[in-house]
Amino acid sequence: MVLDPMILEGAVALVKIGILLGVVFTTVAYLTFMERRVSALIQDRLGPNRVGPMGLLQPLADGIKFMWKEEFIPANADRILFAIAPAMILVPALLIFAVIPVGGEVTIPAFTLFGLQFQEFTTTLQIIDLNVGILYVLGMTSIAVYGIALGGWSANNKFTLLGGIRSSAQMISYELSLGLSIVGILMLTGSLQMSQIVAAQDGFLDWFIFRQPLAFLIFVIAAFAENNRLPFDLVECEQELVGGFHTEYSSMRFSMFMIAEYASMIAASALMATLFFGGWHMPFEDQVGPGLVTLYQVAGFLLKTGFFLFVYIWVRWSLPRFRYDQLMAIGWKVLLPLALLNVVITGIWMLV
Amino acid sequence: MAIVVEARKMTLAERLYLPAVIKGMLLTLAHLFKKKVTMQYPEVQKVLPPGYRGAHRLNKDEQDRVKCVACEMCAVACPADCITIEGMETGWSDREKIPRTFQIDMLRCIFCGMCVEACPEDAIDMTDNIELVATTREEMIWDRERLLKNFDDTRDQQGTLGQVLRKSRKPFTRPRGDQLPGPSGPGGH
Repeated sequence: MVLDPMILEGAVALVKIGILLGVVFTTVAYLTFMERRVSALIQDRLGPNRVGPMGLLQPLADGIKFMWKEEFIPANADRILFAIAPAMILVPALLIFAVIPVGGEVTIPAFTLFGLQFQEFTTTLQIIDLNVGILYVLGMTSIAVYGIALGGWSANNKFTLLGGIRSSAQMISYELSLGLSIVGILMLTGSLQMSQIVAAQDGFLDWFIFRQPLAFLIFVIAAFAENNRLPFDLVECEQELVGGFHTEYSSMRFSMFMIAEYASMIAASALMATLFFGGWHMPFEDQVGPGLVTLYQVAGFLLKTGFFLFVYIWVRWSLPRFRYDQLMAIGWKVLLPLALLNVVITGIWMLV
Repeated sequence: MAIVVEARKMTLAERLYLPAVIKGMLLTLAHLFKKKVTMQYPEVQKVLPPGYRGAHRLNKDEQDRVKCVACEMCAVACPADCITIEGMETGWSDREKIPRTFQIDMLRCIFCGMCVEACPEDAIDMTDNIELVATTREEMIWDRERLLKNFDDTRDQQGTLGQVLRKSRKPFTRPRGDQLPGPSGPGGH
């Protein structure tokens, strides 16, 4: 039986979604492990190395522990909002991955599986290439704040509420700089589509890090703030807010917050790689054999993403947290004007 | 008078913060490759200094008998009051009394070593055995046999607290000002 092209397309999309989710969740699990190991190494310790070889089964042990913990809901909490708040952060974080191109086009030869004949087909290593890709990403990152604010509100605790309020103020301030820092790239590529942005960084020197260094700096700082990572983790702030918005959460709901935080870190790192470091384009692509070039590119993309994930952890253990007024001052008085300046400079550069 | 400290004007490079950020990140990066201080405990054991105050033991004499004479000096010296001794008569030619029971409550013990200092017979000692783990409170009360077994376990240890103290022990002197009554005392009573 030969498959209808429509069904084939749907099946391919489902397989891609399945693989991507699997990869993202595995990466989240091992990112927690990497965070613990790297932070330990930076502090001259060794970190968890007992569960499995080199401690590699530690995420599994953590997961089992989370599952067996008591699920506690405060007496005066808004139960419905309390229950859905973690999902409201996790889902947008995962949705961002839909538009991130992991590699170029691949052609899969015809094959037969379970008596179904699949024709030869070509697909890109990207779930969907929206023509408003970047806008979609920015939209998704802004939705995540609802989860944090509602989680902080619904727990009916002053610490969580403070965390939620801080989060919304922080997100609004940094969302602006985040969006404006990308405008320079959009001007140079003339498109919001992710595949176009990657295509514009074909050669090594075309990478936007060389053409838009200021934008990259702003983007990184704003992305750190968006993900509530140190030095901008005023939302969690374990020393003053006892964990902020997730103070009252426990068990799997708490772990969902953690998964969401790490998933959005991965998304932000993938975005940095895509927007500024050539996406899946790598130097010396022509010298790699035709069969291996896609593998080389995907590996390169994962390597770049992994490097930024390491930077996230590295920065966390290097820089102290900002005070709230400093955070606002940097967002509004420094990053926003710089982002606008970057847009103006890019415009002048394009005209001249 | 209050001293007015004027804040130094920051230079442009300092106000950018980025040089400082990079400097700090390089520092943490260097620590990533430094030698780690973690000791992989059960596999690697810490070398404890001589005179370490770990688990107690009851020393044995040359004939493998308990050295203790049940004088209860240690129990009196103990600030945590964790030593309980009950004596019994021996019928031996060289000693009249040995302990029938000798209990140390390891949960109560503060490991100060004053029992070892107080002992006139060098019968109680402290070793570098630090693995004092049990699942019940009862198991943490070490009786005579447990303490004697610890002696057998740590027989070869050099530099137990008792040995260190014996080396540095000064001959007994009376506290100052505490005169013996007698005609030779200045002033007299």
